[in-house]
Amino acid sequence: MSLLKDAIISALGEDVRFRENYQHPASVVFCTVPKAKFTEAAKAMKRSYALLAAEWATEETPWFGIFACYRWGSEYLIVKTVTTMDDPAFPTLTKKYLPAYRFERQMNSLMGVVPEGHPDLRPWLKFEDWPQDAYPLRKSFDASKPMPRVEGEYRWSRAEGEGVYEIPVGPVHAGIIEPGHFRFQAVGEQIINLEERLGYVHKGIEKRFESMRWEDGFRLAGRVSGDTTVAHSLAYCMALESMSGFVPPERACWLRALFLERERIANHLGDIGAICNDAAFAFMLYQLMRLKEGILRTNSELFGHRFIMDRIIPGGVAVDIDVKGKEKILSELKWLEKEFEKLVTIYDENPSLEDRVRGTGVLLPEKARELCAVGIVARASGMNLDCRIFNPFTPYDQHDRIEMDVPVLVTGDVHARTWVRIHEVRESTRIIRWLLDNMPDGNINGTIEPPSSEKAGFAAVEGWRGEIIYWLQSGPEGEINRCMVRDPSSVNWLGLEQSIPGNIVPDFPLCNKSFNQSYSGHDL
Amino acid sequence: MIRILRQIFTTGIVTEDVLGQEEAHIKVVGDRLEEAVKKRFRGSLAIRQVDAGSCNGCELEIHALNNSIYNCERYGIHFTASPRFADMLLVTGPVTRNMEIALRRTYDATPAPKLVVAVGDCGCNSGIFGETYASLGGIDKVIPVDAYISGCPPTPVALLNGILRAIEGK
Repeated sequence: MSLLKDAIISALGEDVRFRENYQHPASVVFCTVPKAKFTEAAKAMKRSYALLAAEWATEETPWFGIFACYRWGSEYLIVKTVTTMDDPAFPTLTKKYLPAYRFERQMNSLMGVVPEGHPDLRPWLKFEDWPQDAYPLRKSFDASKPMPRVEGEYRWSRAEGEGVYEIPVGPVHAGIIEPGHFRFQAVGEQIINLEERLGYVHKGIEKRFESMRWEDGFRLAGRVSGDTTVAHSLAYCMALESMSGFVPPERACWLRALFLERERIANHLGDIGAICNDAAFAFMLYQLMRLKEGILRTNSELFGHRFIMDRIIPGGVAVDIDVKGKEKILSELKWLEKEFEKLVTIYDENPSLEDRVRGTGVLLPEKARELCAVGIVARASGMNLDCRIFNPFTPYDQHDRIEMDVPVLVTGDVHARTWVRIHEVRESTRIIRWLLDNMPDGNINGTIEPPSSEKAGFAAVEGWRGEIIYWLQSGPEGEINRCMVRDPSSVNWLGLEQSIPGNIVPDFPLCNKSFNQSYSGHDL
Repeated sequence: MIRILRQIFTTGIVTEDVLGQEEAHIKVVGDRLEEAVKKRFRGSLAIRQVDAGSCNGCELEIHALNNSIYNCERYGIHFTASPRFADMLLVTGPVTRNMEIALRRTYDATPAPKLVVAVGDCGCNSGIFGETYASLGGIDKVIPVDAYISGCPPTPVALLNGILRAIEGK
């Protein structure tokens, strides 16, 4: 029995309709409501403590479909409503759910649907020099042609008063980092407001999916955010497999979990080092990058790619592991643990580092909840969320055997986000060992049929940043009608913006690094 | 403090010389690179990296150049914060429409003579993203390019190799 389903039935009664055999996997509840009841559905979800996981729009001529996906514990519920193409308005969810603020700006910019009552409809991802009527996700839009540049201006939020000044930063930053623009309003050293402007690396990924074949999409998914290539292609493949009703061989699932955990370790090592580096403790960066390089080389040796890119394919995985490979990983883990623990002790016993990371960039638990944060950011701010526990695929669903121990901290500062990563490296090391010791024999992939027409698939995977959601929809001809990608960064960037006021300008890089959100995964 | 010092001394120098196959490659490339940087840049090559739309995979590998194993500083190569100090732009792509102006400005802000190296399959020919309303294509669609480094993403050794080709003018 689904708690969210009960809640929406008792709130909307006859107005809510459930569509069977449309949404896959069947564990995800899918319902449609009249447009006028869209907000009421959100209210019912809010009352049930559900969080907004994603909001997006589709074109299903002559309608626009508006979708909101809610999550509570291990339940996902998708509410759909429709609006006509002549009158593409729908009621905003921003009054109930804060993350709807960016989701709806994005829907408005790329699909041209209008959230009525939204407080701030400045374009998002779409820049001011795009033609006004360019809505790339609409079917009538010709994506193959470049767009002319037009005159336009972006209205920044402003601060006034004695001693207030602004610092614009980016899009090209000082380091080897992705582009984005940050505008600080400060008094003295203290930041009073931060406004993010993202969208610089908007590559039209969601539109690009629509011109691809089902079996090729995983490659594009693997390049949505290069550092999360495993988790993204996995989420795509799982959503596709759910639509086709295909269950991958067990060994394939275990190998997928192995790749996922290796990706987590590699990225966390880099992040912990980079956070310390931004607190002027370069020693840790060089030590941890050395460990990370070890992991990447083993990946390359055993799986043929340093980031294990394109090794997760629809139907399973492309590469197996043999006894020698297993031994190689086990001995590497031994080395890694020993080296890592020495460095953790150094991190933990360094007062000057502690001084920088504690109480800096605090995202309070109540704020994180309001923002529906996910992943490491959420777990550092008191929210117990992890798809590996709440929405597990094999072998994570064997809770009694795997005994996952995911840390949740409450202080929400840079230290908490670092410490969550440290714990997760330890935990992933343990999981990898368990995976290798218990991995079943068998095939590593199978043949998957393309899905039939008019279906939808869903997958949520815990990448190293957090929950990644893919929602796929097949059109009348069985083609990809829509591929919605929700990287954890799509929601967590708001968390960074909210954690900055009150900090001093020189601490911004440190805070930013502790969030380390993906620009590419956000901009799509 | 004693722990830090102990860790530093027990780690020793991990920068690689001749070991395995890949490392031997580093040695060959590295020696020539050092030679070329010495001759053409008086021992110091300043690179400004620009992400013009990449998926951040290439950035990870460019980062790795700075780790203690590849240690590109030993050849006199370092990454600079401002294009004003740069001899070379290392650009990843595809160039998005939203980054085009920023890329042109960065290019204009770099003093001549300058080298531009396009990094990654997407930087070379826009890769899987193609040429669309949002992606303008490879780097050479927007600014002149002197050398190309393919790969998705190119490995650190491939990057060093590509930088060498660029400064040798081949």
